[in-house]
Amino acid sequence: MRRNGPLALIFHTIFVVVMVAPILVVCLVAFTPEGFLSLPTNGFSLRWFRTIANYPEFIHAFWVSLGLGALSSFVALLFAVPAALAIARYRFRGRDALAALFLSPLMIPHVVLGIAFLRFFTSAGLGGSFAALIIAHVIIVFPFALRLTLAAATGMDRTVEMAAVSLGAGGWTLFRRVSLPLILPGVISGWALAFIQSFDDLTMTVFLAAPGTETLPVRMFLYIQDNIDPLVTSVSACVIAVTMTALILLDRFYGLDRVLAGKGDTGR
Amino acid sequence: MSMAAEERSVRAPWALTAPALILFVGVLLIPLAMTVMLSFHDWGQYKGIEPVFILKNWHEIATDPYYAEMFWRTFRIAILTTLLTALLGAPEAYILNRMSGRWKSFFLLVILGPLLISVVARTLGWALLFGGNNGLVNKLLMSLGAIRSPIPFMFTETGMVVALAHVMMPFMVLSVWAALQRLDPQIENAAMSLGAGPVTIIRRIIMPQIMPGVLSGAIIVFSLSASAFATPAIIGGRRLKVAATLAYDEFLNTLNWPLGAAVATLLLVALVLIVVGSNALIERRYAEVFR
Repeated sequence: MRRNGPLALIFHTIFVVVMVAPILVVCLVAFTPEGFLSLPTNGFSLRWFRTIANYPEFIHAFWVSLGLGALSSFVALLFAVPAALAIARYRFRGRDALAALFLSPLMIPHVVLGIAFLRFFTSAGLGGSFAALIIAHVIIVFPFALRLTLAAATGMDRTVEMAAVSLGAGGWTLFRRVSLPLILPGVISGWALAFIQSFDDLTMTVFLAAPGTETLPVRMFLYIQDNIDPLVTSVSACVIAVTMTALILLDRFYGLDRVLAGKGDTGR
Repeated sequence: MSMAAEERSVRAPWALTAPALILFVGVLLIPLAMTVMLSFHDWGQYKGIEPVFILKNWHEIATDPYYAEMFWRTFRIAILTTLLTALLGAPEAYILNRMSGRWKSFFLLVILGPLLISVVARTLGWALLFGGNNGLVNKLLMSLGAIRSPIPFMFTETGMVVALAHVMMPFMVLSVWAALQRLDPQIENAAMSLGAGPVTIIRRIIMPQIMPGVLSGAIIVFSLSASAFATPAIIGGRRLKVAATLAYDEFLNTLNWPLGAAVATLLLVALVLIVVGSNALIERRYAEVFR
């Protein structure tokens, strides 16, 4: 194959710089020693990271987001793993319709989901509660949990299971000792991707969160609507750091292109 | 297979999917149906929501030019964003695909990684770069001589399109990149050996083959841009409304839920029609590529 020419490389460089610039500028401004928005030209300072401690609502929102992400991703897997095993192994009537239904939260705009859940949980008397947030997040992260589990279950070697059955294993033992360990990398990656999706969701959550159950993106969004100052950049820098860590782990563990393309067969 | 085993293989998939199915019917389909119903209810400043069946909200959306203008703005922004991502994302995916192994995975991580970084943080980055009339972007463009006077980015559609294109770019690159993986690199060499120049190769060999990837990426980018909330809300401010931010206002500020539900329902229906329609068109046009 031909190599990239100089023109292509210049285009590529500008492209990458533009892609990275907004994220980089947030992280740089977070380290400003000044009291206003500026790039740190006279040395770096951690003053705006220390200031976060004076805003308990940000700290509280961080724990809400963390708990919500961890719990809703786990609950989503409890529903997604059996469903993925069924879809991967059996050819039954309604299989394609079921798969389409389970992936549909990807197609429905989050603003519509937010409105639907707000209406639903308010009439159910659960408006603004943490339980409502969990259930809503289970639905929006479900497709991610399902896709990665499905990819692992489809690519799994069935002969190992057959050997276990011939040795007398069945039902729960078969699942816990043979099937689950075989699909575990897919399940864990599914959990991580689901966690990131839940941790970052703003559009749907902004409809459901009440004071006390505000997640970090919601808190940041409401804060930005009033004013943009270095405080919100330092909070953003922390969020970026959390996501980057999860991202690098996910890439090492499973391969980012596979995670994002959602195709188990596009091996590296 | 024995009778008992056959019966199990009929029942087993339903038993395994039942919990998820019940969850989805109970907490997804019913709330969506309730939202559509809600759009036919009445609302008044003092009486609140009245569960009657009227077409008041739909009539208001159909006749008040404010809504026509808002929906037209929403789709205009989505179309421009889609064009921008296609024009820049497709060549970048092609360049990326020609890089050697280690660089390829490194830059793929750099370009696709932002997909998973908080949209609020990425949009905040653009708000900082735009920042008034002497923002960094304007300073850079003016020092390069590309523009004479600063372009207003904040609270304008231009700013929204630029920031949205950045947010959506990974989807386009990913989609074109996936199409490039199916392409046989030897075809390019064959064309070269037959005397085709670089322009001819790109126009006659590469473009037709990655077009399905560009188009399916365009559908994703379009539908996500048309329903985007965070970026239009932060860059557009309180006045420049799109469908998602208007629905948010009706629900959480004006508290006219039935009207907000009508806007959301219309957005959902319009997007489903556009996506399903263009998917069908693409599949018919490029049937031989998908086969």
